[in-house]
Amino acid sequence: MRYLPLTDTDRLDMLARVGVPDIDALFSDVPADKLLKAPLDLPRTKGELEVERIMGRMAARNVAASSVPFFVGAGAYKHHVPATVDHLIQRSEFLTSYTPYQPEIAQGTLQYLFEFQTQVAALTGMEVANASMYDGSTGTAEAVLMAHRVTRRRKAVLSGGLHPHYADVVRTLSEMASDDVVSLPADVAANEDILAQIDDETSCVVVQNPDVFGNLRDLAPIAEKAHAHGALLIAVFTEVMSLGAITAPGEMGADIVVGEGQSIGNALNFGGPYVGLFAAKSKYIRQMPGRLCGETVDSEGQRGFVLTLSTREQHIRRDKATSNICTNSGLCCLAFTIHMTLLGQAGLERVAQVNHANAVKLADLLAGVKGASVLNESFFNEFTVKLAKPAADIVEALARKGILGGVPVSRLLPGAGLDDLLIVANTEVNTDEDRAAFVAALAEVLSC
Amino acid sequence: MLNRQGRPTQSGESAAESHPTFTGNRALQQIEPLIFEIGHHETTGVDIDPPAPFKSRLGAHARKGEIGLPGLSEPEAMRHYVRLSQKNYGIDTGLFPLGSCTMKHNARLNEKMARLPGFSDVHPLQPVSTVPGALDVMLQLSHYLMTLTAMPAVALSPKAGAHGEACGMMAIKAAIAAKGEGASRNVVLVPESAHGTNPATAALIGFSVRSVPARADGTVAVEDVKALLGPDIAAIMLTNPNTCGIFEPQIVEIAAAMHEAGAYFYCDGANFNAIVGKARPGDLGVDAMHINLHKTFSTPHGGGGPGSGPVVLSARLAPYAPVPFIHLDGDAPRLVEHKGDAPQGNAPFGRITAFHGQMGMYVRALTYMLSHGSDGMKQASEDAVLNANYIRAGLQDLMSLPYPDHPSMHEALFDDEWLKGTGVTTLDFAKAMIDEGYHPMTVYFPLVVHGAMLVEPTESESKASLDLFIATLRDLAMAAKGNDKARFTGAPHHAPIRRLDETRAARQPVLKWVAPRPISEAAE
Repeated sequence: MRYLPLTDTDRLDMLARVGVPDIDALFSDVPADKLLKAPLDLPRTKGELEVERIMGRMAARNVAASSVPFFVGAGAYKHHVPATVDHLIQRSEFLTSYTPYQPEIAQGTLQYLFEFQTQVAALTGMEVANASMYDGSTGTAEAVLMAHRVTRRRKAVLSGGLHPHYADVVRTLSEMASDDVVSLPADVAANEDILAQIDDETSCVVVQNPDVFGNLRDLAPIAEKAHAHGALLIAVFTEVMSLGAITAPGEMGADIVVGEGQSIGNALNFGGPYVGLFAAKSKYIRQMPGRLCGETVDSEGQRGFVLTLSTREQHIRRDKATSNICTNSGLCCLAFTIHMTLLGQAGLERVAQVNHANAVKLADLLAGVKGASVLNESFFNEFTVKLAKPAADIVEALARKGILGGVPVSRLLPGAGLDDLLIVANTEVNTDEDRAAFVAALAEVLSC
Repeated sequence: MLNRQGRPTQSGESAAESHPTFTGNRALQQIEPLIFEIGHHETTGVDIDPPAPFKSRLGAHARKGEIGLPGLSEPEAMRHYVRLSQKNYGIDTGLFPLGSCTMKHNARLNEKMARLPGFSDVHPLQPVSTVPGALDVMLQLSHYLMTLTAMPAVALSPKAGAHGEACGMMAIKAAIAAKGEGASRNVVLVPESAHGTNPATAALIGFSVRSVPARADGTVAVEDVKALLGPDIAAIMLTNPNTCGIFEPQIVEIAAAMHEAGAYFYCDGANFNAIVGKARPGDLGVDAMHINLHKTFSTPHGGGGPGSGPVVLSARLAPYAPVPFIHLDGDAPRLVEHKGDAPQGNAPFGRITAFHGQMGMYVRALTYMLSHGSDGMKQASEDAVLNANYIRAGLQDLMSLPYPDHPSMHEALFDDEWLKGTGVTTLDFAKAMIDEGYHPMTVYFPLVVHGAMLVEPTESESKASLDLFIATLRDLAMAAKGNDKARFTGAPHHAPIRRLDETRAARQPVLKWVAPRPISEAAE
């Protein structure tokens, strides 16, 4: 086996040095009848070439986003990532390092975490950010728990525009902890009366912007009502690129901002790994979940960075910790940080504009398709189309024509009576040709 | 003077110490500013044409103010992050003996496979008919995990080890609720020596935690567990091999006692890499166990993540596995995405993450498994255990072992008894290892051992590499015992940065860059 450096001679020498007759003597604490006598029924070791063939064959059976006109979003987005990003994150010293428990030889990791935290705070318009969560959905659930700790209340109100999977994740955890959740029904047109749900029992209101149907929302009145009742506003986004074009949630009064950072620096990866962004007002830092990197000095007065405020964490606080999370998405937030650094605010604003312009172009084209209409008043790079036929059938028909045409709402919310709705995303990767092909194919399958 | 490895034994102060440089740099040891100190708001390293004029549909939501983020051109960004990388230690840099964290060789074939567009460039919500290869990866990975553990089911979606713990404990909670005991069975037993994530997870899922004492030999005794059992006990969370690097000898009895009491056995599988191909958790009576793919199956940890923590489940817990999962209708895989689509007999407890889990990590882990095969994985476990015991044998006359009565599994645990009277602490010793070019071992964990030092070499190290490591630690141990205190208390002397003030960071938290200021004043 090419990854194992010991030779059989080494093994014999080492067993002698350890003072045991054979390797199983070191497994003597395993009950004898539980020690496996024969190799398990799995294939034997394979060379690199053979493994490449096997994995390559499986990969080839999937339709890659970049190989077709591609309009799928609803929580994960196809963007262009500069070649520099993947090159840099594959640097051995980044790729093969662990959590920076020894800061003197982990300044590379710690400094990029500090840069990441600063970037996320600026993007969201918040005072502090942590060093990332698993993804946007788990981050949202953690934000709800944090709001419960801050307010000492246990009722969360979830907007009907929140991504249904995110709402599911919050509900799963809340059910386990016997917390209250009020989930509003799916809100296609962003006209729900969420204010009516806020009362003195409410810990937090969770609102997504742009929402899962693509609508842009004004969070300020929700923040105002929440604060009047001692509740927190948790603002969620699934498309971080939108923050280059729209008002930051912090400017609209959010107390905690959480979302998915996959769009910047990270591939689609069939759902993971992604990177959860988590920011808050600084008065809440001791209630935040996850890892935090802080600035300090070394014994010679030179600036350096360390993991800090670990008294919130489970290795010290055990069952009283703010969260059971003991990792972050290190490499994914490095990818985010590098891509964000390459973009800068000028590049981010530009690419966000192109996203929006492309989506507007597509919406205009769809207006001319018989049997399709765009429901949104305002949107960023994603919107909802009402179709004359079930969206799931249309998407399958489009796929057979080599076009991946969006996410049927029925896939996210089966049985909600929204089978004629399709969520369509359009980013900087889509060309005029892609849009023309999509619109022509859609017109065709709708007319059949 | 050269030692037996041909290295000079006297480091001494270099001549350059008396000649500080103008920049503060020391040749390749360069001070790297933050991007906020070198970038500009108008700079960008990405070329993208502005769109042709169009009618915006952002409405009143268009951003008005500045974001306040600098950009760097591509060469500037490249240099910045390359320089940062040079201030990091990774497993490709050298031996990384972090016990309980498991830093083994990260094969680049895994990276190459994960970047095939058919895996990396696939959307979780594109039509299922367009991703049969992705479902196949999930099926095959599941098959390997179930075979290696002798467990009938696996939930793939947990995004890290602690997330896997949560998933397993949720399945237990759901199973208890299904039996109508939800209100009464709400206490989880956790040994004192456990990872902090175990009690934190139990609390997160709404259980209360009761501690199981540690025996003098580092293991959990079945009598101590039995004494705590009652109708209120939901489960035990036990790490095996445990955090002291010992295989729990009474694990089968403990599992049986839990089951007899109507409770469940959650096994923390963080150290599964010690027994792959040697013993199977399902044979030991485990009901649920997470497997850190990044530890046991070598997906790179990138400075702290991402991880991946699939959970294998016993037949009693399998029906409660969360969505999404793949169900086989005969030979045809079906992706079950919602509770309502679950096949007969299944009662998923819910959803724990937006999509299907860490596909990128599944590909890497499966690539590792295919490469090793059943024979290679067994050999890897044996070599990991042999290497740990070889280090223990090479150091036990100089450093003290808290638990000499059990063989070490994949990691060797020392304590600070041997440092008594030297004025050198475990932390000082760890920092001095940095000067010698090594990443320190895990220190001060497990908490039940005073001044713990937990060394995990893994199977990736050659005998020569272990010999050099042992020789270095022996040199350091002799220095500590020989009153060479200055080598330790000021360490590290040769790292990119000297000992950092962690107390200051916690007392006056500075969590982001705030205002423009010259670098020379940044530390003030």
